[in-house]
Parts: sequence; C-alpha cells; structure tokens
Amino acid sequence: MTGTQRIGRRLVVALPYAWLLLFFLGPFLIVARIALSEAALGIPPYAPLLRWTEENVLTLVLNLGSFATLFDDPFYVDAYLRSLNVAFVSALLCLLLGYPMAYAIALAPAHRRNLLLLLVILPFWTSFLLRVMAWIGILQDQGVLNGALLSLGLIDEPLRLLYTDFAVYVGIVYCYLPFMVLPLYATLARLDPVLLQAAADLGARPFRAFVTVTLPLSLPGIVAGFMLVFIPAVGEFVIPELLGGPDAQLVGRVLWVEFFQNRDWPMASALAVALLLVLVIPIAVFQHLAARR
Amino acid sequence: MPMGFRQLGAALLACAFAAMPAAAQERVVNVFNWTDYIDPKVVERFTAETGIRVRYDVFDSLETLEARMSAGRSGYDVIVPTSEPTFSRLIAAGALMPLDRSRIPNAAGLDPALMGRLDSSDAGNRHGLIYLWGTIGLGLNVERIRALAPNAPLDSWDLLFKPENARAIARCGITIMDSQTDVVPTVLRYLGLNQNSTHNEDLRRVEQTLLGIRPAVRSFASGGALEQLASGQACLALTYSGDVIQAQVRAAEANRGVAVQYVAPKEGAQLWFDVMAIPRDAPNAENAHAFINFILQPDVMAAITNAVRYPNAVPASKPMIDRAITSDRNVYPTEEDFARFFTVSGVPQAADRARNRTWARFKAGR
Repeated sequence: MTGTQRIGRRLVVALPYAWLLLFFLGPFLIVARIALSEAALGIPPYAPLLRWTEENVLTLVLNLGSFATLFDDPFYVDAYLRSLNVAFVSALLCLLLGYPMAYAIALAPAHRRNLLLLLVILPFWTSFLLRVMAWIGILQDQGVLNGALLSLGLIDEPLRLLYTDFAVYVGIVYCYLPFMVLPLYATLARLDPVLLQAAADLGARPFRAFVTVTLPLSLPGIVAGFMLVFIPAVGEFVIPELLGGPDAQLVGRVLWVEFFQNRDWPMASALAVALLLVLVIPIAVFQHLAARR
Repeated sequence: MPMGFRQLGAALLACAFAAMPAAAQERVVNVFNWTDYIDPKVVERFTAETGIRVRYDVFDSLETLEARMSAGRSGYDVIVPTSEPTFSRLIAAGALMPLDRSRIPNAAGLDPALMGRLDSSDAGNRHGLIYLWGTIGLGLNVERIRALAPNAPLDSWDLLFKPENARAIARCGITIMDSQTDVVPTVLRYLGLNQNSTHNEDLRRVEQTLLGIRPAVRSFASGGALEQLASGQACLALTYSGDVIQAQVRAAEANRGVAVQYVAPKEGAQLWFDVMAIPRDAPNAENAHAFINFILQPDVMAAITNAVRYPNAVPASKPMIDRAITSDRNVYPTEEDFARFFTVSGVPQAADRARNRTWARFKAGR
C-alpha cells in the first residue's frame, strides 16, 4: 500500500468519527454541562459552571442535584418505566404485524415487490403530524370509528378511544411500522429458498421449517427493526401528547414539562442524559455480547 | 387570553407584510402576540400612519413565549406576556426594559384601578402596560348541567370542586385548563387560603381537593376549552373568560342548540392581564414605543375589543365598543363583581416546582 492510499483510507475512516464528534458528542456535552449546572432566573436560565469567587479564584461549581432528584422522586422513575413499557409493547406489536407483511413482500413475485415496498413507504409522503391528527378524527367520540360501530348497532354509546393508552399504541404502531417492515424485508429477501426445500426434504413441516430455519436466520432483521421502533418510541413526545390521556406521563412529556413549564433546563437536561444512558448502555452491552459470539 | 384556531388571519397578515418590497433603511417593529388576538386592520393602519412595517408573529402558549425569551436575543420588539407567571418572571430575570413613558403619552388614558391591580406583578408599573384583560372562571352549558344536577349552585366554585356536584355533571363533560399557575391559586382561594401560599400543608389540601374531583374530569385543555364548550363536548370548563365568550359566539354561529355562559364565581375569580412589554435587547425599541402608544389610542383599542371580545383598559374606548359587549357583565364586570376579583404574585422556584408536581399528580390521577 502506498502512502497516499493509507492517508486516503484514514480520511475515509475519520469522516464518520468527525461527524459523530461534531454532531453527537458536541451537543451531548453541551446538554451534560447544563445538566450539571444550577437553575437560575435569567438569560439563559441556569448558572455558569465556572465562576470567579471574590478572591479572584476560578471555581468549578457542579450541581448533582438534578440527577439526585431523578432517583429520589418516584415520579421520574415511573415515567421512565412507563415509557420503556410502552415502547417495548409497541415494538412487539410492530413485529407481530410487520413480520407477516415483510415475509409476504419477500415471497411476492419480483415485479410486484417494488410496488408493495412503495406502499409501505407511501405514508411518509404526508406529514407525520397530519397522520397523527387524522387518528384524532378516527378515534374521537363523534369520530369515524365510533360512528361506524354505532350505525352497525354494535355499541349503544361511543367508546372512549381517544386520550387513552390504546390510542397511544395505535399511533406509535401505525407511525413506526415501516421501520420494522423494511429491515425485516431486507433480511428475508436474502434468505435462500433452497434451505427451506432442504428442511422439507428432511421431513420438516412448514411450521417447523419456519421456526428452525427462517426465524433464526431473520434474527438480525428482527433485532434491527425492534431497535428502530423501540429507541425513538421511548422518547416519543408528539403521539402521547396528541392521542394520550392526561395520565400518560411518559419521559418525552415529562422532559417537555421540565423545560417549558418549570423552565428548569438543568433538570430537563439531566432527564435527557439519563434517557440516553438508559438506552445506550444496554445496547452497547448487547453489541459487545453479540460481537463475542 | 385567546387560544383561538383562527391563526390563519394572522399568518396571512404576516405573509402580506413579508411580501412587501424592502425599502432602503426600512423601519420595522417585530411584534409577538397571542394568536387571534388583534384586529388586523389596526396593524395596517399603524403602518399607513407611521411608515413602520410590522412583522407580526404569534404564539399559542406562554411556554413558547418564555422559552424564546429565556434563550436570549429573541429579536422581538413588542411582546404580550400574561401578568402571571410570565410577565413578572421576565422582569425578575431582567429580560424586559423599563418603558419610557415620555414616548407613550397615551398611557395616561389607562384605567388607574386596573393598572393598580397589575402592581402585584410589576411594582410601580415600570415594565408593562395593559393590552387586554379578563378573569378565570367557569364556562357553563346551563341546560345540560341543570338536567344532571338540578340543585347545584351555578354561581359558586362548589359546582366544580364539590365531588358530589362534579360526579353528577361528569357525564356531560368537565374540562380544566392545563395550567397550574391559573388553577392552583383559584383552588387555594376556594379553600379560604392565601392565593400566593407556598406552605406544603396548603398545597396538600389543594391536591386533595383536586384529586377528589379527578375521576369526574374528562380532559385537560391546553387551547381546547373553547372548541369543547362550543361543540358541546364539554358542559363545564374551568378556563379564561374570553375563551368562554368566544365559545358563546361560535356556538351561536353553529346554531346547534348549544348555549354557553360564563360565570366568575362568587367566592372570587383570578384577574389576569396581558401586558405589552419591550424586551431588554429589542432591536427597534423606539418603534416598539411608537407601536404601544398607537395601540393605546381609544379608537384603536375599541376596534381590538370589538374584534376579539376581551375588555381593554382604556375607559375612553368604551363609547366606541358594541353595546352588546359593554353591557355583558361577563366582559365588563360591575364594580361589585370587580371587588371580588383577586390577583396573584409570582412564587419562588421551589414552590413553583412543588405546585407543578401537584399538578402532574392531579393530571395523572395518582
């Protein structure tokens, strides 16, 4: 390898690192710095970390109070647990719905696959916010769904669908489903059909062949899809805000309240840092274990 | 405080002005006001008379306004915060400049009694002048409430805060504004306590009262009480007077048999003021003073009240306002009513945090 080639290769490798440094680590450190400062009345509404004392000594003042409150007050722990729970159930529902869809697309004739994939992506062509708002029209007391059920005589008075946990699940599953289908399709389409034929030759019934061959081989797609749904769903703010009831105190909502209503930027930042750690540490451990195998 | 949905008018207005050719060294004033809260013709007239172009921008919640101001260098010249909590907090944070009264001669036309009430938020009235004002009370659909709770008092907070009444009315829909700073003082006052109390024991009693009626509350409106009242989805709402009065108009327009009424309960209702103020770092402070002075002219103020149906604080404007508005006791209260209104002061951050926590628990119902 010549010297220029080596430099070129290093540059190519350095680029994503530079990107991460600039647009991920940089902002993260800014947020972490605010999380360690003290809330104050002013512009901006927190005290600086470095201060000059009266004796002209530069002192570093770190305030761990925000992080301590996170653990002291069951309110926050509760919000984290609820968010993780909602995200996990949503990801699971997406998997149950998305797997058959992805499988069907992968098995469809080649000329129809592109059309089917296009249909999966099609909702992205309208605004995310509009699609969530549309669910309000469907789920509300005088909405489309209740109207249909009433006119069919299946119910006597409107069901309470909007502003419930049910509506939150509907919204999240609906909005995030493509993120589950696409990686699943990518792995399932690459599956060699010969393997299933071999399983059949060896006497496995279709279900057995699916469980012992297809499912394990599509595991990378399942994991990728699960992560793509689970991670953004944990911090989701818009969907619970628009569709959820007042008791749906999820982390995204709590963070909003701390930042906008309480104007406690350090507390909001501490919440964000903790959320990142809650997500990153298990994923890093998982990656580490997966790489070792 | 309007939480209207007709932002379109304001947005179009902003576009119209943005599309105007930029003259050399053009004079501008950047105004940040509530949605649906001005007569658009007034803004046009200001530009025609002074040659100052208005960049009119709107917000729909105090949180939005305060977050922009907290970040600094907002670029706005005139903002319209509500007296509590935002206006008083912006003063404490040093975000507002003291007004130069010599450049706002029309301020002399403001009602001294109303400006006196604003003193609890801004000692000496140095930082802001009243734009519009109102109270926090109950919006009622009398007919439907009477059908469910024939004996409940309609002129008292008991209607909402007594669990037996709330339970009876729950079926036709109770909505409460999602605003701790407005509801907690009201409940304190209802319990006979100081509305500015920061005692934990008092706050605990507020929480008990609220949790007692929580099962009966259908929704917490952040901007939706107006719609819910007008459409009949709610029959009892704790919200701003102007919200109810606009709902009244809209329900009458829709003509679907929904009749809405506003009540400032007899135990006392909280007064609020939306205040014109100038940020300390306003780029066009001089034009901002000119704009505020223009707005405070009696005929301009009358046009605004006619358009948005909130009372203003310029008594000389009253003869030019529709009789239907000035004779409405809920818009322009009698002196006797006015004496029962109370104002609140800002509370320290720790107390505010405790109130927020109470509010979160109330909403969650736990």
